[in-house]
Amino acid sequence: MLMFIAEILVALLIVIGSTFALIGSFGLVKLPDLVTRLHGPTKATTLGVGAVLIASMVYFTVLEGEFSFHELVITLFLFLTAPLTANIIAKAYMHRHIRHDSLPPTNRTEGWATYDPPGEEGPLVPTQKPVTEPPATPPAKA
Amino acid sequence: MNLHGRWLPHPLITLVLAGFWLLLMNEITVGGIVMGLFLGLVIPLYTSRFWPEAPAIHNLPRIIEYTLIVLWDIIVANVLVAWWILFWRVDRLKPSFMTVPLDIYSPEAITMLAGTITMTPGTVSCDLSADGRALLVHGLHTPDVEGTVADIKNRYERRLGEIFG
Amino acid sequence: MIELALVYGFIALALALLCTAWRLSFGPTMPDRILALDTMVIDALALVILYGIHHGRSVLFEAAILIAMVGFISTVAYCRFILRGDVIE
Repeated sequence: MLMFIAEILVALLIVIGSTFALIGSFGLVKLPDLVTRLHGPTKATTLGVGAVLIASMVYFTVLEGEFSFHELVITLFLFLTAPLTANIIAKAYMHRHIRHDSLPPTNRTEGWATYDPPGEEGPLVPTQKPVTEPPATPPAKA
Repeated sequence: MNLHGRWLPHPLITLVLAGFWLLLMNEITVGGIVMGLFLGLVIPLYTSRFWPEAPAIHNLPRIIEYTLIVLWDIIVANVLVAWWILFWRVDRLKPSFMTVPLDIYSPEAITMLAGTITMTPGTVSCDLSADGRALLVHGLHTPDVEGTVADIKNRYERRLGEIFG
Repeated sequence: MIELALVYGFIALALALLCTAWRLSFGPTMPDRILALDTMVIDALALVILYGIHHGRSVLFEAAILIAMVGFISTVAYCRFILRGDVIE
């Protein structure tokens, strides 16, 4: 009985996971420009692969009888790195193909870090709505 | 500097490294635990110059609550984005950039917030302002920009502020 | 039943790889191609895992973890090259 439930679970996870991976990659073809295309792979594909990995974990532990949990390493790794790749690809795209004045203002004294590298005096690009409040300092710990 | 701070600068990293070593080994043995703890002790000491300060993490129930919320939101996000990709015409989507002003200061908390935003419904965090006080977020379908920003601030940022204090 | 699911998974992932290959060849901008490569790596990773289930061997796991790491690092290196004109400054 346990075997049967495990089989159903593994089959379901494989189907769901590969479907999500397919949808994420299909979004890559369908959506109109890079920043919208980023949404497909970062979310759907990552969850899809996560589901496939969990299927593998259940399969080897229950059906093959070898206790297996190292798939968790890849799942965690993917979930930790997906936001980083999305962020750096977006930055690369902004650097080449988006003008800074087509983005919303930061409402701060400095601009977005891609156009205005931190650690330099004053903003390199106008931030449109300069504010007069003092620069942010962390509140003193009590 | 006391003994704890000198030889065990990041107890959490030690535990995480030991846990990851056991995961990689794919079995739990005494030798594996000893080796994992050894690596967990040596690597933070060796790399301690990269992180001079340990982030203050407290409020364990909040951490569990946050993890569960984010896991649930990841699943909802996937179904939603999959639905939009498959069944909506492209011109029905209203993608837009938005600015999320930050109230939290700790770099770890801001990193967590950016990661969470990327993994949850229809939003990807793209950039940080040069002074680190605002996030540039892109939404796949955001008819109500202010509502989305308020949602991010209420749902994730407030909780992260409580965790990282 | 698992065999059927595996067949479905192989077909779906093959289609996914075709989609990413399309974007890799025709993607108008460089970041598009990088994103396509990154997605391709993740899809290939899923394919390797499915192959491991198909053969009932967990040896392929090491290949999968290497693919994941190389994919992430090469994506970051490409993007850094575009952003700064250099990988290691």
